[in-house]
Amino acid sequence: MVGKGDLDAAVPVGTPIGRRVVLGMLGLGVAGILGGARVQDALNRVLSPLEAADPTGLSQLIPAAGGFRIYSVTGSLPSASPTDYRLTVDGMVDRPMTLSLADLQAMEPTRLIKDFQCVTGWRVPMVHWTGVKLSTLLDEAGVQPGGAALRFESFDNTYTESLTIDQARRPDVLVAYEMLGAPVTRQHGGPVRMYVAPMYGYKSCKWLSKISVVSKVEAGYWERFGYDIDGWVGRSNGRSDKGTS
Amino acid sequence: MTPGPPAPTGGATPGATGVDAPAVKAAGGTGAAATARSDRSTTSHVVTPQLLRFDVAERVVHWANATLFAILMATAGVLYLPPLSAAVGRRQLIVTIHVYAGLILPFPLVLGIVGRRWGQRLRADLHRLNRWIPEDRMWLKRRGWRPERVRGLKQGKFNAGQKLNAAFTGGAMLLMLATGSIMHWYKPWPLSWRTGSTFVHDWVAIALFFTITGHILFAFSDRESLDSMWSGNISRAWAKRRAPKWLDEELGREKAGRDAPSG
Repeated sequence: MVGKGDLDAAVPVGTPIGRRVVLGMLGLGVAGILGGARVQDALNRVLSPLEAADPTGLSQLIPAAGGFRIYSVTGSLPSASPTDYRLTVDGMVDRPMTLSLADLQAMEPTRLIKDFQCVTGWRVPMVHWTGVKLSTLLDEAGVQPGGAALRFESFDNTYTESLTIDQARRPDVLVAYEMLGAPVTRQHGGPVRMYVAPMYGYKSCKWLSKISVVSKVEAGYWERFGYDIDGWVGRSNGRSDKGTS
Repeated sequence: MTPGPPAPTGGATPGATGVDAPAVKAAGGTGAAATARSDRSTTSHVVTPQLLRFDVAERVVHWANATLFAILMATAGVLYLPPLSAAVGRRQLIVTIHVYAGLILPFPLVLGIVGRRWGQRLRADLHRLNRWIPEDRMWLKRRGWRPERVRGLKQGKFNAGQKLNAAFTGGAMLLMLATGSIMHWYKPWPLSWRTGSTFVHDWVAIALFFTITGHILFAFSDRESLDSMWSGNISRAWAKRRAPKWLDEELGREKAGRDAPSG
C-alpha cells in the first residue's frame, strides 16, 4: 500500500494490526456467507416467539427476527377506508362486478394458516388468513372462453401482478380481508389484498383494487425487474425454500 | 501561497509548493487559512503556525465517504425498518440509490490512494493507521476513549481507537461490497450464499451504524479535531496534547528541513 518514498524515517513502524483486523473480518465474512444461513435459521427459531410477544416492535430491528417487512413501491402507503373500498372484477367475464368489503365478507369465508415467504429470504411462519377463494369470484363473474390469465391491480396505481387462470383456481389462493387474526392493516395491503399461498410474497398483490381476466399473462411489477412470473416457493427465482402450500 | 516545509513524504502536498523554506515554518495548508497565516508571519512577533493534519486529497476522500455513508445509511433505514419503509415507500428507487451509492463508495478512497503525488499523505496515514506501537496497547488498556485517562501517553498521529475504527470500516466496506453484490446479482449464487450474504450484510450494517455514530460523537467532543477535517490544519497545542509522538515527527521533519540545503 505504501510506495517507496512515501514515508520517511520519522513515521513509526510497528505491528500491522490494522491489516490483521481487515483480513480477520474478511475471513469471518466468508464464513458468514457460507454458514450464515444456518445461523439465521437458529436465530429465527429463537427470536420469532420473542417477537410475537413483543409489543414495542423493537425486535423488528434485529435482523431475521421473523417479522414482516413492509414493501411498497409508491411514495406513500395507499389508503382506503373499509366503507369506501371497492373491488372491480372485469375483463373477459360474463358478469363484471364491483364488490364492497361487506360484499366479500358476506361470501363463504376460507381460513388458511400458512407461512408467508419473501423472495428476499424472510419468512413469517403460520400466518392466519381469512378471505374469499379467488375461484369463487371467478365463478360468480363467469370467465369467458379465451380468458387465460388474470391481471391484478393495486390502488397504489403502480403495482400489478398476474396469475394464470389455472393457478388462480387453486383452493389456496384467497382474496383476503383478514390477516394475522385481524382485518388486513394498511401496511399489509388492507383492507383487501391477495394471498397466493404457494408463491413468493410479490405474487400476493397488496391494496387490491381490480382483477381483470385477460387472454395472456402480463408480467407484474417486480417481474419486470427480473423475478420469475411463476413464483412458486422453492421452485423459482433460484431458491430452494421449503414450500408454503 | 505559503511555502511549506518539505512535505512529509519528500514531495509536494497539494496546495504547497514543496520548496524548502527555512525562514517560514508554516505548515503548507491551503486556502484562506494558509493565506492568513502567511500574512501574520510577515509581522514581527513570532507565530507558531499550525500543523497540516489532513491535506486536500484526504479531506476530499473523507467527506466523499461521509456523504456516501450518509446516503447508504438513510436508504438502508428505509429498506430495512418497517415504519420507515411504510412512510417512504418507492422501494425500487430506494434500492437503486442504495446500490449505486454502494458501488461508488470505494472510488474516492481508491482514487485518493493511487495518485502518485496527491495520494502520498493518504498512503502515509493509512500506514500509520495500520501499524501499532506499544502506546496503542496502553491506550486500550487504559480505555483511552476518555482523554484524561491517557494524558501523557506518547501517542502517534492516530490513537488505538481511531486505528481500530479505520480497520473495521475498511473491512466492512469490502464485506458490504461483496455481500451486497451477491444480494443484488443473485442469479449465479447458491441460495444458502444469498441468505448468508444477507445475514452478513445485516449485522455489519448494524455494527457500522454504531461505529459511525460513535465516530461522529467523538468528532463533536473534540471540535478542534473536527474543524481540522475541514481546514486541514491543527494547532501544535492540540498535537502536544493528543498526538505528541506525531508532533515530534513533525518537529523532526521541520528541523531536517532547516538543516537541509535550501533549494
